[in-house]
Amino acid sequence: MTETFLLFPDPAPSDLVRSLDLAGYNWTAVGGVEDLSTTEPEEGWTGAIIVADEQPERAWAVAREIRRRDVPIEPLLLMLSGNQLEELDSRDELFDDFLIAPFHPRELEARIKHLLWRAGRGVRPEMIEYGPLSLNLETYQAQISGHSLDLTYMEYELLKFLASHPGKVFTRETLLNRVWGYEYYGGARTVDVHVRRLRAKLGEENSHLIQTLRSVGYKLGSSRW
Amino acid sequence: MNFADAAAITLQVERQFEYVLKAVEERHVKLIRLWFTDVLGQLKSVAISPAELEVAFEEGVHFDGSSIDGFSRIQESDVLAMPDPTTFEMMPWADGGSTGRMFCNIVNHDGTPFAGDPRQVLKSNLDRAQKAGFNFFVAPEMEFFYFADGDPRHAPEPLDSGSFYDLTTNDVASDLRRETLSVLEAMGIPVEYSFHEDSPSQHEIDLRYTDALTMADQIMTFRLVVRELAMERGRFASFMPKPLPGIQGSGMHLHLSLFGPDGNAFHDEDAAYSLSPIAQKFLAGLLHHAREITAVTNQLVNSYKRLVVGYEAPTWVSWAQNNRSALIRVPVTRRDKPSSTRLEFRSPDPACNPYLAFSVILAAGMAGIENDYALPPETTDNLFELTPAAAADLGVAPLPSSLAEALDVMEGSELVRDALGEHIFEWFLRNKRSEWRDYKAHVSQWELERYLPSW
Repeated sequence: MTETFLLFPDPAPSDLVRSLDLAGYNWTAVGGVEDLSTTEPEEGWTGAIIVADEQPERAWAVAREIRRRDVPIEPLLLMLSGNQLEELDSRDELFDDFLIAPFHPRELEARIKHLLWRAGRGVRPEMIEYGPLSLNLETYQAQISGHSLDLTYMEYELLKFLASHPGKVFTRETLLNRVWGYEYYGGARTVDVHVRRLRAKLGEENSHLIQTLRSVGYKLGSSRW
Repeated sequence: MNFADAAAITLQVERQFEYVLKAVEERHVKLIRLWFTDVLGQLKSVAISPAELEVAFEEGVHFDGSSIDGFSRIQESDVLAMPDPTTFEMMPWADGGSTGRMFCNIVNHDGTPFAGDPRQVLKSNLDRAQKAGFNFFVAPEMEFFYFADGDPRHAPEPLDSGSFYDLTTNDVASDLRRETLSVLEAMGIPVEYSFHEDSPSQHEIDLRYTDALTMADQIMTFRLVVRELAMERGRFASFMPKPLPGIQGSGMHLHLSLFGPDGNAFHDEDAAYSLSPIAQKFLAGLLHHAREITAVTNQLVNSYKRLVVGYEAPTWVSWAQNNRSALIRVPVTRRDKPSSTRLEFRSPDPACNPYLAFSVILAAGMAGIENDYALPPETTDNLFELTPAAAADLGVAPLPSSLAEALDVMEGSELVRDALGEHIFEWFLRNKRSEWRDYKAHVSQWELERYLPSW
């Protein structure tokens, strides 16, 4: 199943987005209470991460709205800056845990994991499967029709990212920001190079799994819905 | 949020380590080869067991650099090899598929890049270009020969010319090539074209473009794969630039481009040959410094026996769109494919050190951009028929005709000194001067045949 976190605001802070991508969580950013219902995924939200340091009033409004729903979005992790701590007073019912920015990505990951556990939810999915392709997120092993693929770290990360959003088209820039993030040579063209390498390793009969959308970007397979 | 960014980088590196550690465990890897390259471009390898891998990631692998060509002066010989986890690949043909390899960066004990490591030299040149907003992309055409064996005591015997091999060689060579291509693809080295060259037993495999660092790594892998697979079948593959007199030598034409934030910085739809001002300046820089960098792109005494008139190798410093005798060609590309606008640099040969060659080529081109060099006119004449007087009229200079001449020009080049760094620049000159002295003192078969009877 797909797990999707709701993020506020939109666009969400880039370091938060990178940390979630790196940890393997999906997310959708919303700009305010008015977007809550239209952006909700069919299987519901996994949880919410509300960043309150830039627009505190709107952030609290979103948190309140989330709690007021028939089925509240849980857990709710709040991010704020150190000088906002007194704002937490008398608002305990609006969040399950909080984090001070700037945060350490490991701390973010650990808190999410713990919150999900407390909410009685499993941690990250262990497998991503699409057609003949399967990725075991615990062992980092990718298989195609039962054969192991020997992938480099970046090839694996790219395949994992595409396969966890089947049918969704990503531009080269988006892939670069969300899969690479740091330290590489080559800019957007590096994405083309890695897609080509991945296709070569997937082999002729499966290379079509990753499709090129001319002058747009890439996608893997088609959506399940 | 700089703190979080720094922490995320550390985390990403830790993930990369973890990824390789898991892969080693899951794929039952028995041996990990840590690769690096000496100044002359020879691949070096330290093998470790999976149990040693975690420590190798955290602390590096200590070794004495004094045994490696160009690595150290005697007093500073201890260095560390730090494996680059993003380069981990299985070696499908070796040891029943239970061996993996990674390229290493060589660092000093205080963690600073080691000045004698060609890979670090290329990285620093790429960093410099990246600061100016450019990423350097390279696609090489790799030429090489298959011979019956590698015994230097007799002239190399092509696989498919001699009557001895007539019955079987086509099979041997084509099987070999097919196997080589499949190993390359499995190691993430996609191939563009593969065909039989003009000369007997000569082959060409063109690699698809990628960023220059990855490509230099790929060329090192390529040379090893081609040679080891040939050896497995009892044959010998050679990247020597001119192994046989009288027939084409082996070159390594390089297709070059710079990519910026808006795509191919070499492309301008409205310009002549679609060459943007950036491309024209890069081309002018490469021409301007071509003679200075030749010792690096063509580093053997033998390299200069390929760069002679009468074959498809350049001898004059010139450029043109459609002239096979030019040093730099501007390949015709489709107007609707802006990413393919590029320059083809035709002098390098496959016996160069790719890290150093890419470093000086990039430095020459970037000098053209930074200093606004003007592009000399295109040379459309057939340069193979050019006399020195006619060349002077055209304003076209000859490429160095020997290693000695190339070293002389290089020695006076601030550009090459700066691109390679003091350490490698000096060591390279010293080592190559000594190679030239040995050659000069040698009396060849040609001389005996030519002179002994009459004198």
